[in-house]
Amino acid sequence: MALLSVRDLRVEFATSGGVVTAVDGASFDVGAGETVALLGESGSGKSVTAQAVMGIVPKPAGRIPSGSISYDSKDLLAPGVAKGLRGREIAMVFQDPLSSLNPVFRVGAQIGEMFRRHRGASRREARAAALDLMKRVGIPAASKRLDDYPHQFSGGMRQRVMIAMALALSPRLLIADEPTTALDVTVQAQIMDLLTRLQAEEGMSLVLITHDLGVVAGVADRVILMYAGRVVETGPLREVYEHSGHPYTSGLMASIPALEGPRDRLVPIQGSPPDLLDLPSGCSFRPRCQYADEQCAEVEPVLRQLPDRASTHQAACHHPEGVLTDVH
Amino acid sequence: MTARRRTRAGSARIRFGFAVIAVYVVAAAIGPWLFRYNPVDTRTADRLKPPFTRLSDGSFAIFGTDQVGQDLFAQMLQGARISIAVGLATLVLAGTIGVTIGLAAGYFGGWLDGVLMRLADIQLAFPSILLAIFIAALLGPSVVNVVIVLAVANWVTFARVARGQALATRRREFVDASRTLGAGTWRLITRCVLPACVAPVLVVATVEIGHVILAEASLSFLGLGTPASTPSWGVTIANGRNYLADAWWISTIPGIALAFLVISLGVLGDALRDRYDPRLRSL
Repeated sequence: MALLSVRDLRVEFATSGGVVTAVDGASFDVGAGETVALLGESGSGKSVTAQAVMGIVPKPAGRIPSGSISYDSKDLLAPGVAKGLRGREIAMVFQDPLSSLNPVFRVGAQIGEMFRRHRGASRREARAAALDLMKRVGIPAASKRLDDYPHQFSGGMRQRVMIAMALALSPRLLIADEPTTALDVTVQAQIMDLLTRLQAEEGMSLVLITHDLGVVAGVADRVILMYAGRVVETGPLREVYEHSGHPYTSGLMASIPALEGPRDRLVPIQGSPPDLLDLPSGCSFRPRCQYADEQCAEVEPVLRQLPDRASTHQAACHHPEGVLTDVH
Repeated sequence: MTARRRTRAGSARIRFGFAVIAVYVVAAAIGPWLFRYNPVDTRTADRLKPPFTRLSDGSFAIFGTDQVGQDLFAQMLQGARISIAVGLATLVLAGTIGVTIGLAAGYFGGWLDGVLMRLADIQLAFPSILLAIFIAALLGPSVVNVVIVLAVANWVTFARVARGQALATRRREFVDASRTLGAGTWRLITRCVLPACVAPVLVVATVEIGHVILAEASLSFLGLGTPASTPSWGVTIANGRNYLADAWWISTIPGIALAFLVISLGVLGDALRDRYDPRLRSL
């Protein structure tokens, strides 16, 4: 049974231009101990999905009119349920580690507060526990840095502090929302290594939200691709990368520069992301898709198994055969 | 280099403000022990003596005496104590009420914000001295009532500042981050939003305390502030009004003392705002 199960999730935001459906019927599962990458470009609904799971969708602009999110058979959308699980069972790491740390408290106190609040630890115990955690996430001279403020840390170190706070109570599910986007490339690799190492040690599930296909390539077991609020393709990482069944996925693959071989011009995806206030009928990717026909304009495609591929590999496209044969 | 200079903005003004205020506070704290003041004491022989007069008991009246022969200097020291005490008590009360209401309005938003801020608008639309006169007439003159009156007239400024900070802070990422790590509403307000309010509220407090001290003097001058047995500066100034032609010092000297304190507080408040108000800090 899946640890986290999202079914037909819809998240809407009231804006001055009308109601935006940021997540439109997304469904996916995350198994225990699994690493899942939630991929998509800006505005695809990946971060909002995470916010819905954590119960931090901005109110009153945002609301969840339908769908369900269950964690370990508990309904996360029921009032009061998510609050008891946050921090202890489910934790989250954010994109910008400077703005996600409280600027007015020392990092040792911020990490230690997790133990004081949830475990009733004394000040001294919390401090010792915070020091252990800081060492575990690889902060050099941790005992000296315990009393520093967040602004005194570098970006990578701040993200380590944030990860330390998230892991303080050994959660079973960690959601990392673009954890490396704000960091230098070399630091990105270090943070990814840290996350995968900790994930292996703790045996927790990890949901990696990113727009960077490269970041998750060596890490994720499974990928979920989102486009305009919908899940367009899902499957084991290697399957999806090598046998993309959705034109959006294959377009993304084609737009990655190759490190070896002849340097051709990159192939971009034509057009621009859709206006969420004015989505095209049927398939939202249709205006940018070379395979689009009348069926695509009329019927919204649903996720289904791809021909001749594993049952876990699904794409929401009317013409997966064309996509599969054209690319490979 | 520029950043360093900017963080030092207004150092001289801040030092000047603090120095003047320190003199007043020390005078108010220990002055009345050194120069005894008895409100019911009358010495007709020493009535209306000008400054720098030796009195009948051999003491020296540096600021002269008033219409009943009281030493004006002792009276002003006593008055400083009342003015500063009333000012501080009012700030604490108005600040507590204002910050609580502002945080609630800003953090929770929605109808609560609407109701509380309309209440503040109504309060602002009403001339505060008129409101103070009304409440003072209703409650009667006493030091405690003056504090209540002035707090009612001044909480709105604090509420607005706190609300602004709460609005700006509550959608900051670290608030969401704290929430995802299991912090409840109370903790988010006290640990994330309230600390963000401290600096701007302190700046507002320095600016407001001058207004409050002045308002207390105005109320006392009008006879609606502290009773005559507790001679705040307003009372002394009011008493001297009838003798302006022959004994200018009774009203003038406390007036100058009051003006100097209020100006110093204003200078300090402005300097602190220049230094700490993020809106004035160029990015």
